[in-house]
Amino acid sequence: MRTSAPQLLTSVQLAGFVAHGYLRMDAVVPAEMNQEALELLPNGIPEVPYGTPVTDAYPEGSFPRRLVELLSVAGALRGLVGPDPTVDHHAVHVREPHEGRAQGLHGDAIIDVRPDAFDVQLMYYPQRVTPDMGGTLVIPGSHLRRTNESDTARYQNLRGQTRLVCPAGTVLLLHHGIWHGGRRNDSDIRRYMFKIRFNPTVPQVRLWDTTDMADTDVVDELSRYFPWYENATARLEIFNRVRLWRALTGDHSFDVEHWVTRVTNRPAHRSHA
Amino acid sequence: MTLRQQVLVLYLASSALDSHVVGWSRYDGTGASQPTTGDSDEPPYPDGVAALRDGWRLFQAAQLLPPHPGDEYGTSFLKHEFFFEKLT
Repeated sequence: MRTSAPQLLTSVQLAGFVAHGYLRMDAVVPAEMNQEALELLPNGIPEVPYGTPVTDAYPEGSFPRRLVELLSVAGALRGLVGPDPTVDHHAVHVREPHEGRAQGLHGDAIIDVRPDAFDVQLMYYPQRVTPDMGGTLVIPGSHLRRTNESDTARYQNLRGQTRLVCPAGTVLLLHHGIWHGGRRNDSDIRRYMFKIRFNPTVPQVRLWDTTDMADTDVVDELSRYFPWYENATARLEIFNRVRLWRALTGDHSFDVEHWVTRVTNRPAHRSHA
Repeated sequence: MTLRQQVLVLYLASSALDSHVVGWSRYDGTGASQPTTGDSDEPPYPDGVAALRDGWRLFQAAQLLPPHPGDEYGTSFLKHEFFFEKLT
C-alpha cells in the first residue's frame, strides 16, 4: 500500500522532456527488485492485449505493477500520460554478449505525428550498464522529426548522442518518436531491458505540478540546441517544441524568441466587425 | 589487384562543404573494420573539407529541395548529406 503520493514532475522537468524527448531517472528501482527482475526477465513477461488498463494488465503485487507504482515512476508517468493510461504492449529486450552488431537507429512502431498527444515508452535497466554492454543509443531532441521506423538506420553516430551507461535500477521515459537503438554488446554479459509502451486516455494538458510554470528555466529548456542539429533546422525544432508546449499547457500565447508568433501573424484575417 | 571501396558519409551543419560535421557513418568494403551504430562520439573530421584534405573523394551531395507546400516547418531526415569514398 502506498504511504505517500507519487512525486509529480515540475514544469521545468516537463519542458526538459519536450526538448530532449525523454526523462532519465537513475537508480530509482531498489536493489531487491532489480535482483527479482534478473530472475524474471529471462523467462519473459506474458503478453497482454493492446490497450489493456494497467490495473488489468498487471495484477496487484506483480513485478510490473510494483515497478510502475514506485513513487518516482508513477509521478513521472502521471505528468506525461495522466491517470489510468493503457498498456499498448510490453517486451523484454536482450542484447547478447559479443553479438557483433548494433540495431539500426529507429523510432518504434510507425511514423506518428500527433501534434497534441504522445505515447510514452518506459525502459527499465535492472543491471548496471557499463560502456561495453551496448546500452541503448538515444538521440536527444530527435522525437519531433517526421521519419518512419528504421528509415534512419543509415545514421551511425550523431554529435551529442547518448550511449547509455547507468547504475542498476535506472528508468528512462521516452516520447514515442525518439530515435534510438540497442548498441553492440562487446561484453561477456547478457544485457536486459524491460520496455512498456503507455497510451494516454485523457488529454495531456497540465497533468504535472504547474506551480513553477513561470520559471525562466522552462524557456531555457525549450530553447535548447543539440549538437547534431543543422543550423537552420534547429530553429524549426524549437518552433515545433513551442507548438507542443502550447498543446500541453493550453497557453497559445507562449513562444520562444517570437518564432511561432511571427509566422502566424495574419492581420488581414482579423475581423474588423 | 581488386580495388575495394570505403565509404564515409558526413552530415554537415549547412549545405556548405566546409561547415562542421553533425553526424557520420562509415562502411568498409575492405573488411578491415566493422563500423556500426553508436560506435563513436567524436566525428572523424571537423568538417567536409577536412575529409577532402585527407584523401576522401566526394561522389554525392544532397540536393537542395524546397519544402513541400504545407510542410515548411516539419523536420525529418538530416538535410546535408555528403558521400565520400576511398578506393584501396
